[in-house]
Amino acid sequence: MSALLNKKLLPFYATVAVFIAIFLIGGAMYNNFLSMRVLGNILADNSFIIIAAIGATFVILSGGIDLSVGSMIGFVGVCMAVLDSMGLDPLTTALLMMVFGFAFGAFQGWVIDALDIQPFIITLAGLFLLRGMCFMVTINSVPITHEWADLYSDIRIRLPGNGLLRSSAIVMLISLAAAIILAHFTRFGANVYAIGGDKESARLMGVNVRRTTVLVYAVGGLFAALAGVVYALYTKSGYPLAGTTLELSAIASVVLGGTLLTGGVGLVAGTLFGGMILGLISTLIIFNGSLNSAWILISSGVLLFAFMVMHRFLVGSFGLRD
Amino acid sequence: MKLIEQPFVRRILNGRAIWPLLALAVILIADGFISPGFYEIRIVEGRLFGNLIDILYRAVPTALIALGMAVVIGTRGIDLSVGSIAAIAGAMIAWRIQAGDPHGVVLLYALGAGILCGMWNGMLVAFLGIQPIIATLILMVSGRGIGMLINLIYGGTDPSFQSDFLQWLSTGSILFIPTRLYVFAVIFLLLWLVIRRTALGLFVEATGGNAAASNLAGVNAKLIIFAAYLICGLTAGWAGVILTADTHTSDPVSVALYIELDAILAVVIGGGSLAGGRIYLGMTVIGALVIQALTTSILISGLPPEYNLIIKALVVLFVLVLQSDNARRGIVSKFRRSP
Repeated sequence: MSALLNKKLLPFYATVAVFIAIFLIGGAMYNNFLSMRVLGNILADNSFIIIAAIGATFVILSGGIDLSVGSMIGFVGVCMAVLDSMGLDPLTTALLMMVFGFAFGAFQGWVIDALDIQPFIITLAGLFLLRGMCFMVTINSVPITHEWADLYSDIRIRLPGNGLLRSSAIVMLISLAAAIILAHFTRFGANVYAIGGDKESARLMGVNVRRTTVLVYAVGGLFAALAGVVYALYTKSGYPLAGTTLELSAIASVVLGGTLLTGGVGLVAGTLFGGMILGLISTLIIFNGSLNSAWILISSGVLLFAFMVMHRFLVGSFGLRD
Repeated sequence: MKLIEQPFVRRILNGRAIWPLLALAVILIADGFISPGFYEIRIVEGRLFGNLIDILYRAVPTALIALGMAVVIGTRGIDLSVGSIAAIAGAMIAWRIQAGDPHGVVLLYALGAGILCGMWNGMLVAFLGIQPIIATLILMVSGRGIGMLINLIYGGTDPSFQSDFLQWLSTGSILFIPTRLYVFAVIFLLLWLVIRRTALGLFVEATGGNAAASNLAGVNAKLIIFAAYLICGLTAGWAGVILTADTHTSDPVSVALYIELDAILAVVIGGGSLAGGRIYLGMTVIGALVIQALTTSILISGLPPEYNLIIKALVVLFVLVLQSDNARRGIVSKFRRSP
């Protein structure tokens, strides 16, 4: 019981409350909104953002930031599509790309720690590099035609109330479960929280900061690559501009999910709700029909602002960083 | 005496100013080999044309934003929203011109919008104490939406406009030299006077170096940070004016996309540290020129423009390694060990 009342969980509870509130408001405004079907669609449509955001959660918990996520999604997509046209099956290419994502992330983490450079600027270089490599692979939109891709998109679990859990949502939920175990039940997870809370203290307590930083960005790259795989299979194509500015949606999901950007405080599960809040808003605006897509951007900004002010208040009043 | 201990060599290794200039020189010399007529400058329709002029001309929007960014980075902050501010300024222009305002007043509207955006960012960072990255992320995400909304306000589906005044400001020329270079020179001079000939620059650098200490020393750190974001909003507004006047249309979705990254890059190449405490206005302009020269060289070399991003990334990495104390120490100690 006392674990549930932990003050560090306050931002998480706030996120869940906001999610439920927006969902209920939507239900009051539109018939059919409050249904498993809408929920299933939101899960499927936003699964790749949430997967990428789960990886970003580790990076932000450690006190860093990863801007290369969107380009990674684009790069993985075009590679999957081009390898597909060469006859490789999606499973092999997916594994290949995830190994690449892990290695690329590890390299970024190593540079950040070894050269002691701000993660912002290193992952910015990563953003340029991967986006440029997208265009080197192909400048066209390439379809994915392997029969396994069709098999994958046919996977679905029926939910009560006419809802469907699609394959990308299933992958997302499995990776979420894996991420929760990694963050909260392993030594690596504890180390991430430790260096995010206070790097110097963590070092003095014997945490291997170099190893943890490298692994944090590697995990971030791995999840970003998985998000790219899910996105490519969801759209059944690869396009060199795919995922542009998606790193911002991922970071926004993490912040809305109750993770503090200063590091050390937050829950991986919160990111699911953060991503779902963003998804809910765009669904609501699309349901309305008369509103311009500009409102999706503006309301995301307003929500981000509200959450930042709320976090600030929570940190100040309850001493979350103590 | 070992080479590394010569004072001259040491000064070059530690002197950050030499690298960006060297980089610019190397790029321009390489261009001469790639394209024999590279340095040619001719007069067409009363205006200078040529690759060198073109680099200056195209670097103006990035350089303008980079100047504001240099001040913000000096306070240990960052402004991700500059592209969105440029988009909002552009949308203001299209709106007010269609509303029938005199074009000089339209310019004031656009710059005013930039200043307001900068004040919003400054308020979040300075007075609410929100981390700069996330505080400016808010406007970065919603700013392009606001621009789209302004385009919708006047109900037009066609946000294009005709303005001789704005076009003159952007693409026109005075005495053979493009007008926007004059505009840039005036803004640079004013900013330089404010930063270097008043105490503001010193205060900004003190705040960036150690906000708490400078506060104790009597500097109003909050006000200084607020002013820095305001300046950045203003220069971003100017960049929006020039970019929008260039295309005669307001396109909030794609105008100045990723320009914040180029601007930050220009500041970093110019020797500014993201850890704050230093402002190099002149070197920042050199940084913006390095970026534009790179882009131009890739175009004239016949390489596909897609290589631009990769080469930019490698340049960033190279510059960062050169600036990193850890890397420099590592290299120096290697030299020392060898006989």
